[in-house]
Amino acid sequence: MPVLDAGLVVPDHWEHAGDEQNLPAGQNFIVCLDRLKRDREFLFAREAPLGVTLPPGTKAAEVAEFLERLDLVVVGFPKFRDGRGFTLARTLRERHGFEGEIRATGHILPDQYALLLRCGFSTVEVPETAHLSVWQAALERYKVAYQPGLTVEKPLSWFRRGV
Amino acid sequence: MNHVASSRAHQRARVYHYDQLDREFLAERVADFRDQVARRIAGELSEDEFRPLRLMNGLYLQLHAYMLRVAIPYGVLSSPQLRQLAYIARSYDRGYGHFTTRQNIQYNWPKLVETPDILQALADVDMHAIQTSGNCIRNITTDEFAGAAADELVDPRVYAEILRQWSTRHPEFTYLPRKFKIAIVGAPLDRAAIKFHDIGLIAKRNQEGEIGFEVYAGGGLGRTPIVGMKLRDFLPESEFLAYMEAILRTYNALGERDNIYRARIKIMVRELGQEFIDLVEREYAVLPHQKYRIEPAVVAWVGANFAPPEFDRAATPALMQRHVAENPDFATWVARNTHPHREPGYISAVISLKSIGGVPGDATANQMDMVADLADVYGFSEIRVSHVQNLVLPHVRRDDLFTVWQELVKAGLGTPNIGLITDIITCPGLDFCALANARSIPIAQRIAERFASLERQVDIGEVFVNISGCINACGHHHVGHIGILGVDKRGEEFYQITLGGSATNDAAVGEIIGAAFSYDLVVDAIETLLTTYIRLREKGERFIETYRRLGPLPFKEALYAGA
Repeated sequence: MPVLDAGLVVPDHWEHAGDEQNLPAGQNFIVCLDRLKRDREFLFAREAPLGVTLPPGTKAAEVAEFLERLDLVVVGFPKFRDGRGFTLARTLRERHGFEGEIRATGHILPDQYALLLRCGFSTVEVPETAHLSVWQAALERYKVAYQPGLTVEKPLSWFRRGV
Repeated sequence: MNHVASSRAHQRARVYHYDQLDREFLAERVADFRDQVARRIAGELSEDEFRPLRLMNGLYLQLHAYMLRVAIPYGVLSSPQLRQLAYIARSYDRGYGHFTTRQNIQYNWPKLVETPDILQALADVDMHAIQTSGNCIRNITTDEFAGAAADELVDPRVYAEILRQWSTRHPEFTYLPRKFKIAIVGAPLDRAAIKFHDIGLIAKRNQEGEIGFEVYAGGGLGRTPIVGMKLRDFLPESEFLAYMEAILRTYNALGERDNIYRARIKIMVRELGQEFIDLVEREYAVLPHQKYRIEPAVVAWVGANFAPPEFDRAATPALMQRHVAENPDFATWVARNTHPHREPGYISAVISLKSIGGVPGDATANQMDMVADLADVYGFSEIRVSHVQNLVLPHVRRDDLFTVWQELVKAGLGTPNIGLITDIITCPGLDFCALANARSIPIAQRIAERFASLERQVDIGEVFVNISGCINACGHHHVGHIGILGVDKRGEEFYQITLGGSATNDAAVGEIIGAAFSYDLVVDAIETLLTTYIRLREKGERFIETYRRLGPLPFKEALYAGA
């Protein structure tokens, strides 16, 4: 599925590894949280970027101990109405200082794109059938936001109105 | 009124004045919704996907039509804003609007394709329908006498506006497990039912005169009524958004997603108890406080919008007292429909939207215009909506009050029944609502007609009757002194009665008194309860006090004696 970064499709260098799959050296792999816990030593020792995909409802604390070695955290949205991922991303950034890529996947609407970025997501995975222009437009829609976000302070907020 | 005079009235009113940033945001929001409607009509959005998006703009699909719920932030309106609500009622609806317990207004007959235009008309007067529905932070509510009440310690509007801005399209808290309601008061007497909100705040001052907040969470009505739990006794002003973030973050991370009946924060608070407080405190401790700190300059900047109007210190109560002495009708209205003002020469006047036989909370476009005119001439262009579905002119000179009353009477808005048995809170019920099990409006009308005699109402004294047409409790039946809940029994409307509820400082959930009554018999049952009360009351005792002293038994016996 296409991966969007700042509204543009970017090459996806990552591959999802199956639960038991051998991981050829040097290749970027995304593993599930269970495997990360189980195969920690092996995965950490590999000389290649490492990503993890988190099942819905994962708490930031559960993945905190791995963050230093991780380059990518994939947060799944089972339903776009399920907003736990927003808090998860924000917590990974704000509390745990994670600086790698956070990718949103699953059922997401373009209307949520800008909010995802402001909570600390870097990229989103969109369906093959997505109208990219709608996703791009969603990023440009709002120039004003009332709250401090995690993106470089592009949206204004009244915290910064200069009062 | 021409546009220049109108905008002058808005400038004069002590309401939050939008700056360039607010206007820009609102324009973006209107464009966003226009686009969403277009995508829905083009089929790019499924109804399942469109639904939460339209709900976050206050657009419901009801029994007969769409319903648009417009936010009246913390119940505060300027006269031009009220006129615009009248204009919308006339142009896009059937000439009236319905004021709700959440200090909002609902239009029952808008067309989907016209809703972006309605939102534009609202934006023209700095209003919107943002987050009046959906699983997000809803309109902040407060005391309808804020900034006027004699007993007020802190003006809650300032913090309600800060909360409004903070919660508007909050990136993290716009897809919560369920809806989230915050109420705030700034007086010792709770006039906003704060203990029945997801978060309730009492603004107060410590011995040093600094402002802080008593914080409650986990209160609510609905199918599981719960009184909120106290989290903090004095949260410092500068920290209050950081603490809100901590509560919401804890809730958003852990809140139940699969079962909507367990998804409100109240269920979590009830089940976790002290552990919930610990979780919030832990979250709060590690938040980047600097980022969420409310600087005194921000409070001052928002607060300047709500600076007291220029009260005339020469205003005196003398003329009003003379009219009270001479005119018993006026005297009754003053006794029922006014509230003490902090300025001795002023008073707050409550405009009852509970005329006998009317629909509680409904106002026609003409009535709205008329109230706006009165506010311009006699009330610094300000109007409030109360959570019991009435309107308020917060600052009226006492020596103008007689004239104001005469004008209200002429417009059919002089019903002197505030706090009496005909001042009923009612949800729209089965006449409009897709969720309802039973009608509630006709029950309210029949009770009002049964007790139409003012003399009798005054004899009965203060009693709050609240009616909901289903278990979702939009009519706040749990917290009525007398609560009425419509239920469906094999396709027939029945009404369950609860007694002893209270929404204020002595917050309590009413208890079910016994088997439900049919549509035909429920009004008789209410009458039986009140005659029982009159028989048993001690001097000066209100219904609720008699009930608390004697318990349910005598009322139960009276109701079910023949059964």
